[in-house]
Amino acid sequence: MSTVTLFGLCGAGLVGIGLYGLIIHPEPLRKLLAFNILGGGVFLLLGVIARRAAAAGFDGDPVPQAIVITGIVVAFSATALAATLLLKLSDAGKPDGDAS
Amino acid sequence: MIDAFALLLTILVLVTAGWIAVARDTRAVVFGFIGYGLLLSLVWVLLSSVDVALTEAAIGGGATGILLLRVAARLKVEPHPAPGRAMRISVGVLCAIVTAALAAIVLTLPDPAPSLAPLTAEHLASTELGNPVTAVLLAYRALDTLLEIFVLLLALIGVWSLGADRYWGGAPAEWNTGMPAPALAFLARILPPFGIVFAAYLFWVGADEPGGKFQASTILAAMWLLVVMAGILPMPQTGGRRIRAALAIGPVVFIAIGFAGIPMAGGFLAYPEGFAKPLIILIEAALAFSIVAALTLLVAGPAEQAPRS
Amino acid sequence: MSLGLNIFTVLMVSAGAFFFLAGTVGLLRFPDPLTRLHALTKADNLGLGLVILGLLPQTVSLLGGLKLVLVWVLVQIGSSAASQLLARLALRRP
Repeated sequence: MSTVTLFGLCGAGLVGIGLYGLIIHPEPLRKLLAFNILGGGVFLLLGVIARRAAAAGFDGDPVPQAIVITGIVVAFSATALAATLLLKLSDAGKPDGDAS
Repeated sequence: MIDAFALLLTILVLVTAGWIAVARDTRAVVFGFIGYGLLLSLVWVLLSSVDVALTEAAIGGGATGILLLRVAARLKVEPHPAPGRAMRISVGVLCAIVTAALAAIVLTLPDPAPSLAPLTAEHLASTELGNPVTAVLLAYRALDTLLEIFVLLLALIGVWSLGADRYWGGAPAEWNTGMPAPALAFLARILPPFGIVFAAYLFWVGADEPGGKFQASTILAAMWLLVVMAGILPMPQTGGRRIRAALAIGPVVFIAIGFAGIPMAGGFLAYPEGFAKPLIILIEAALAFSIVAALTLLVAGPAEQAPRS
Repeated sequence: MSLGLNIFTVLMVSAGAFFFLAGTVGLLRFPDPLTRLHALTKADNLGLGLVILGLLPQTVSLLGGLKLVLVWVLVQIGSSAASQLLARLALRRP
């Protein structure tokens, strides 16, 4: 088994762990963390595909790598929106106070 | 043969992820998540994807980490009923099945692997870039990068829309109240010059070596946040003209160059011969402004102070 | 010459790893935050410093070596500020 396949199995494991944490935790913040782990696992699988497709003098196929970079930024945007929703959700139903 | 270091790293990553998924203390878990992001970027280096490793360390570990730290600090802890043992076991079995299916796919991937690398290499010379990942991001799949900056801005608008109506256009909540610690003020005075130099280097060298505007913009956004945290600069007004101009300039320049490509080179976002590299650098520079502003404001949150007029 | 340099690298990196181990043991075993911070500084300053000292003979250019030392300097700055902030917090909340 080569190193790249080992990292592929690591990615599969991360997907499973992230899915477990996403389903099992009632608190939204833990779900958000688990969702990020799930996303990381999927990106790792893409990275393994990129590494195996090394050809033409490059160390890896650049197209999946570019997709993963875009994916990391999009995942961060989604996490930021979800985090703000979390904060507002925990504030909901309480009287409005001025934060200064 | 498996490299011993890779095996150790895999075990470490899986154990840390497992701990993040099942531990009880939420704040400790958020700290662990930042460390996990750095471990993951080591894995990316071993996969020879240095651009992705830089992005993962900067955005995945750093930016997401500080975002979640701030949420964990401000979240009011509410008691939730813990799931029962039967639920845990059945969910565990479900996830084990998913992992096994993915592992089976990983072990039976086609060999030799189909690759787009030769296609990328074919036209790399005409873009005058040395880094194939930058070429894919800004020349072959420039549309994806355009949509990505749209996603960043849409998320920011979503975050802003969660603020109270009467605060629209105001500044987000101040990071801390009272006098900032002298150590933090020291850090905020020493680090930004380093940060600016590193960011400029990463931006420029991204054309030929691993690097690029995302990593550079994340460093600049981090420096800005550090300076705001130390109280040296106030939180930026979300309705401020300069910040809104900075947010808009990236997509506007990108779309303008895209439409200019239709008469000049035959398609949306097509670059005319010989002008590819200058146009790409122009797009990257404009995007860098937008990404810095968007990342900082996404972490800062919605407006929670009345706007200063 | 290169054998001597390699032995030097292995010795220094092992010494650095020992200090990291000592710092981690201290982090896990010491009773309160201030003593744990003390253990961590051993890992950060001495451990990282020895590792980088050991890696210096393996660099191919002077610039690479300078970059390694710069990494150590930046870690010093960051961790010293962080230790101060953590200690302040620990003193405020016993």
